[in-house]
Amino acid sequence: MYQYDSYDQAMVEARVEEFRDQARRRLDGKLTEDQFKPLRLMNGLYLQLHAYMLRVAIPYGTLNARQMEALADIADKYDRGYGHFTTRQNIQYNWIKLEDAADILADLSKVEMHAIQTSGNCIRNISSDHFAGAAADEVIDPRPYAELLRQWSSFHPEFTYLPRKFKFAVIAAETDRAAMRLHDIGIRIVRNDAGEVGAEVYAGGGMGRTPMIAPLIRDFVPVDQLITYAEACLRVYNRYGRRDNKYKARIKILVHELGAAEYTRQVEEEFAHLLSVGVEPPREELARIAAQFGDPAFVDGPKTIDRSDPDFALWARRNTHRHKHDAYVSAVISLKPVGGIPGDATADQMRIAARLAKLYSFDELRVMHTQNLVLPHVRIADLPAVWAALDAAGMGAPNMDTIEDIIACPGLDYCSLANARSIPLAQRISERFAATGRTAELGELKLKISGCINACGHHHAGHIGILGVDKKGTENYQLSLGGSEAEDVSLAKITGPGFDEDGVIAAVETVTGVYLAARTEGERFLDTYRRIGMEPFKEALYG
Amino acid sequence: MKILTGNDLGSGAVTWWNGTGWSLFVDDAVDVGEDADEILARETAARRVNVAYTIDASIDAGGHVRPAHIKDRVRALGPTVRRDLAVPTADKTGWDWVI
Repeated sequence: MYQYDSYDQAMVEARVEEFRDQARRRLDGKLTEDQFKPLRLMNGLYLQLHAYMLRVAIPYGTLNARQMEALADIADKYDRGYGHFTTRQNIQYNWIKLEDAADILADLSKVEMHAIQTSGNCIRNISSDHFAGAAADEVIDPRPYAELLRQWSSFHPEFTYLPRKFKFAVIAAETDRAAMRLHDIGIRIVRNDAGEVGAEVYAGGGMGRTPMIAPLIRDFVPVDQLITYAEACLRVYNRYGRRDNKYKARIKILVHELGAAEYTRQVEEEFAHLLSVGVEPPREELARIAAQFGDPAFVDGPKTIDRSDPDFALWARRNTHRHKHDAYVSAVISLKPVGGIPGDATADQMRIAARLAKLYSFDELRVMHTQNLVLPHVRIADLPAVWAALDAAGMGAPNMDTIEDIIACPGLDYCSLANARSIPLAQRISERFAATGRTAELGELKLKISGCINACGHHHAGHIGILGVDKKGTENYQLSLGGSEAEDVSLAKITGPGFDEDGVIAAVETVTGVYLAARTEGERFLDTYRRIGMEPFKEALYG
Repeated sequence: MKILTGNDLGSGAVTWWNGTGWSLFVDDAVDVGEDADEILARETAARRVNVAYTIDASIDAGGHVRPAHIKDRVRALGPTVRRDLAVPTADKTGWDWVI
């Protein structure tokens, strides 16, 4: 994985000291909150319901054991012994003191981490496929390109004050494990017929109050022009994106209002201009980065394993993913115990994950947008040992992509923007389905819960989505069906009037019942919904 | 009644105006009547509170202060899903009034 050079390290350390001075001036009263707020947000420091919250960037969800241990130490030293892994592959701490913030950033800098650009109207942390560099189905490891984009976008002077926040996702497989087309810009690294590497570029996707699927605007950008093309996309957005209305300021609104063809035309015009200027980093820089993402020293070994233990067999079937080396798999560390808080991990759990990474996964970990972790390179022969350790630590739930693997934002329990709580719903739904034993019968069923219209819980992309709203001062929940963040991307549709907390849990049971009654052989919930439409579900819910 | 709440500048902790200073306990909150703006301006300028604002609240039959909005009720005790991290309180009604 990528290691900082002297420039990276100097930039991060300089930012720590800059923020230390800013925080001290705020505490001394030399800065007002209005003056300080944009400065703290540029360093990932929010003020949430109960305290300051710090969001730490985990570039494209990749980290090593030392970094995970540092995250655990921060949880113990400065927070309350846990952290929350997010749908953008980052980690958030919920109980941070302003007096400690600069020290935390300094601790992060020692392990090549930071919180820069995890908030504000700038290019945010780049997300990617959590199985990148390991998956059998990828064209190439997408992370060098994500890293190149990270370096280009870090402190980019032209894009520090965009109309709104801006999110990239970079993948390199047909299977989309990063909700790529629901990002401001989605990039799929591909090979053309001549075997050359390039990028499909999608622009104008997003969730939030106006969800949109990004259209394809370029089917092949040569990889040595990728930054130039990204610069052109951002320039057109920065020039014409609306700054008069926060709710219409994302690039998806610009692309929608201009039309994809006109936006593309303007990007191409800017692209041609930029090519003549020459803004692309030298090829050697990409080669330097790519060299740091080489394969670990895989060794041949058994391709099968004794699965006579049914608990292990279930976990191995559900929570592992096919690896490009046939003696290995990627193993998912579940942060979704039945009745637990999705994405939360204690400091001790983080340390166990780090230890397993060192022992069994070439010192690598990943954060999934589904709020789980991954050991990307595990020998099949080592799976029983890995599972035993995870199970003992409460991270061995065999539930990847089932109804118990729920995405939930922090919701009204933590977030100042939320209208309703998300976490208790996730807890109760996972408990309900675990108790009834229906989880296995339901198969792949992605349930996603957001506590407000900002959609951090990706409810628009849920096979079943739940959105919490404020109804005259009480929590109310809208149910939606038919969304997908994957390569078969679609936006969920609202079923009808909302429900209270008990009602929406019952409604989830009702719609799963409709699915089980109507499905044909091999159909997932999403497939059945697409085949039979909304009406049978509405009929069952509302009569 | 009108009460004042905000966050401590340094720690970020939720605080409530008790008539002379800022308390961690919602039950200490006092009715500020028409004086809200003056207190907020003075306390914010002195950095004794951050991002403070006025909210509606009531006193229940047991004499406890109850913020009107669910968001401020959650702020008063802590995350409903981590009751082990709650603000300590002598309120025997527990969490029943929050949601």
